[in-house]
Amino acid sequence: MKSKDPKLVVQTAPFLVQGLTTPQAMLDVIYVLIPITIASIWFFGISALLILLACIAGAVLTEWIFSSIRKSLWDGSAILTGLLLGLTLPPSLPLWMAFVGSIVGVGLGKMMWGGLGNNLFNPALLGRAFLLANFPIAMTTWATHSTGLFNVYPSTLAMPFMQSNVDAVTSATPLGLMKFQHQDSAFTDLLLGSTTGSFGETCGLLIILGGIYLILRRSIDWRIPAAILSTVVIFSGLLFLFDSARYPSPLFTVFSGGLLFGTFFMATDPVTSPLTPKGAWLFGIGIGLLVVLIRVFGGFPEGTMYAILLMNATVPLIERYTQPRAFGHGGSTK
Amino acid sequence: MNFHRSFAHGVHPEGHTEQTEHLPIQRLPFVKRYILPLGQHLGAPAKPTIKIGERVQRGQQIAEAGAFVSTTLHSPVTGWVRAVEPRRHPNGKLQAAIEIEADPYATQRLETKPSIDWKALSSNEFITHVQKAGIVGMGGAAFPSHVKYAVPDGMHIKHLIINGAECEPYLTNDHRLMLERPDTLLQGIEIVRQKIGAEQATIGVELNKADAIALLQKHIKQGNYEHIQVAPLRVKYPQGAEKMLIKSLFDIEIPAGQLPRDVGITVNNVGTIIAIADYFNIGMPLLERIVTVSGPGVEQPANLIVPLGTPVRELLKFCGGLKDTTCEVIMGGPMMGLPIASFDVPILKGSSGILAFTAAETSKPKEYSCIRCGRCLEACPHFLNPSRLARLSKAGWYTDMTQFKAMDCVECGACTFSCPSGIPIVQLIKVGKMEIRKASAASK
Repeated sequence: MKSKDPKLVVQTAPFLVQGLTTPQAMLDVIYVLIPITIASIWFFGISALLILLACIAGAVLTEWIFSSIRKSLWDGSAILTGLLLGLTLPPSLPLWMAFVGSIVGVGLGKMMWGGLGNNLFNPALLGRAFLLANFPIAMTTWATHSTGLFNVYPSTLAMPFMQSNVDAVTSATPLGLMKFQHQDSAFTDLLLGSTTGSFGETCGLLIILGGIYLILRRSIDWRIPAAILSTVVIFSGLLFLFDSARYPSPLFTVFSGGLLFGTFFMATDPVTSPLTPKGAWLFGIGIGLLVVLIRVFGGFPEGTMYAILLMNATVPLIERYTQPRAFGHGGSTK
Repeated sequence: MNFHRSFAHGVHPEGHTEQTEHLPIQRLPFVKRYILPLGQHLGAPAKPTIKIGERVQRGQQIAEAGAFVSTTLHSPVTGWVRAVEPRRHPNGKLQAAIEIEADPYATQRLETKPSIDWKALSSNEFITHVQKAGIVGMGGAAFPSHVKYAVPDGMHIKHLIINGAECEPYLTNDHRLMLERPDTLLQGIEIVRQKIGAEQATIGVELNKADAIALLQKHIKQGNYEHIQVAPLRVKYPQGAEKMLIKSLFDIEIPAGQLPRDVGITVNNVGTIIAIADYFNIGMPLLERIVTVSGPGVEQPANLIVPLGTPVRELLKFCGGLKDTTCEVIMGGPMMGLPIASFDVPILKGSSGILAFTAAETSKPKEYSCIRCGRCLEACPHFLNPSRLARLSKAGWYTDMTQFKAMDCVECGACTFSCPSGIPIVQLIKVGKMEIRKASAASK
């Protein structure tokens, strides 16, 4: 040994950690959202990209302002929240609205609670709920697919608080068609995304592939999507069997609207879903039931957002009653 | 019975055993000074039975058990007692210790005694012998072994489990012992099995030690040990934790607050059994142990036979010293071991390894907020909610931690290992447990 002893660090065990860090987990989700983002730009043009940038800017700016108190800017969660919110917005939404929605989502939905990990509601969905409550027309105007990649809907660049001219060619979403005109949409359209809708939600195939990737990477809890999707299929399937003329098929229910996107990217937000395995099942079942209830019996054509937000509120309660049964306290662990 | 079975939950740290698993055990040459803390393990410290300046022989008793949960301490060398005074213990505190200076001209040959006719011993005599031999659990916790054998009346140990899981990364001392001394191990198992009256003995070995499993099976066949079997176990941490091992082998969940003996099982480490065999065969009490010196910071990793009380410095010197980049040295395994702050602390009965880490391993990840991902819940072998416990501990709500079964935590560290946010979960739980114990002691 050298004449002088090396300086030793004294920390407590364990001295090893597995590799994954929280920012990497956030990045994982962001990577999965990239193909979906590209698809949405392909379908809805530059407008989609601008809205996403506005949302990310709003989220990062809010996080940065609050970060002067809590150093949390670089955990990647703000970018992810902005991206998630943006992908659930209609493509012709004015940019300023997207920006404001993102600020509200991150500010009221996350930072006010104490930042990452402490919020009760999904920040992106809270921002979206705020927008839907305040700008109901803009939030339910569904522009058709763009004519070209460089398409910018006129309303995208509307000035703040001016009446936006929604002069894009619009068309009802598959859910709207189903709800108000009772018209089914072709399954391939739903799968590949050639329908109207919030621009990140239309392409079911990419969302499912991304979701499977995240499950395999163990970035999201598989129980939540499994619970939501099976509940939706069973519940809507029963209704469909009961009266197939009146109720949509389970396949349509799963692939239309924001259900898939919400299932894989919103409901699985670890912060706002139960920690406990049993709780995750209950949480997912609750969302599945609420989605079908709202869609079929409620006033809105879409219910994913409210279903998730409502179930977010129940998480502390669910967790209280689903604490894991500790080893050696009766029963069997599997 | 199901082999290849495992307990539920747990984590999979990389084994890192390739540095030392093929290295035969070497004897560390005798050094000048030995420091033997009187407190080597849980329970009462030993009481010195020698005077300063007295000459002692290798293997001579230098301190007697201070209580029932305590063991005898023997001189690891022939030499002179130089001091009985507080010395730096590996746990960082100053604690009473005996210092022995080795006689450089002594042969250090152990005075071999005739083997003890263990078959003639009553079970109480056996227990006294084990205590007198200074034998403790060699896996790391160093719990006095005779206490495990002294079961209350009416209780019967049906099964002896030999813990050869060695689930801590880097450590290979049990692996090497199984490979190099299989016959001694099997003899030792027979001694303990017959003396505690167990019908069966099962050696649990993780599958990453396939060579040891095959060798033991061969020797069991050759020696016709019909009451001993080998059970391969899935490679998973903490497979070697007593309760997990029992769950893996027999699918028995020991009720919280109870001990293996309550379900008729006793668990002993491979090293413990070999120490017992050595005592009954050649009369050698616990004088030395196998220590794995490894880790990225060590020049020449090795498995060493080390006399108890050898300063860590001597082991590292023998292994070619430390690399310049070393910044952390650990006694024990990397998941539950003890960091040492000085190279002059001695090897204890329970020191299974000396591991040196460089900045690449020790730089703890930056701490982020808990994102409630649930990985710690899926890591915890005791099915606790570590995330919640850590949060309560941070807030100082220690009484609420009891409700979430904080006291069931075995401090294996699987939660901290699995946390992507770099939260020191098990450390926070340990703090909470300490506070809970303090509060309950104060209320008594």
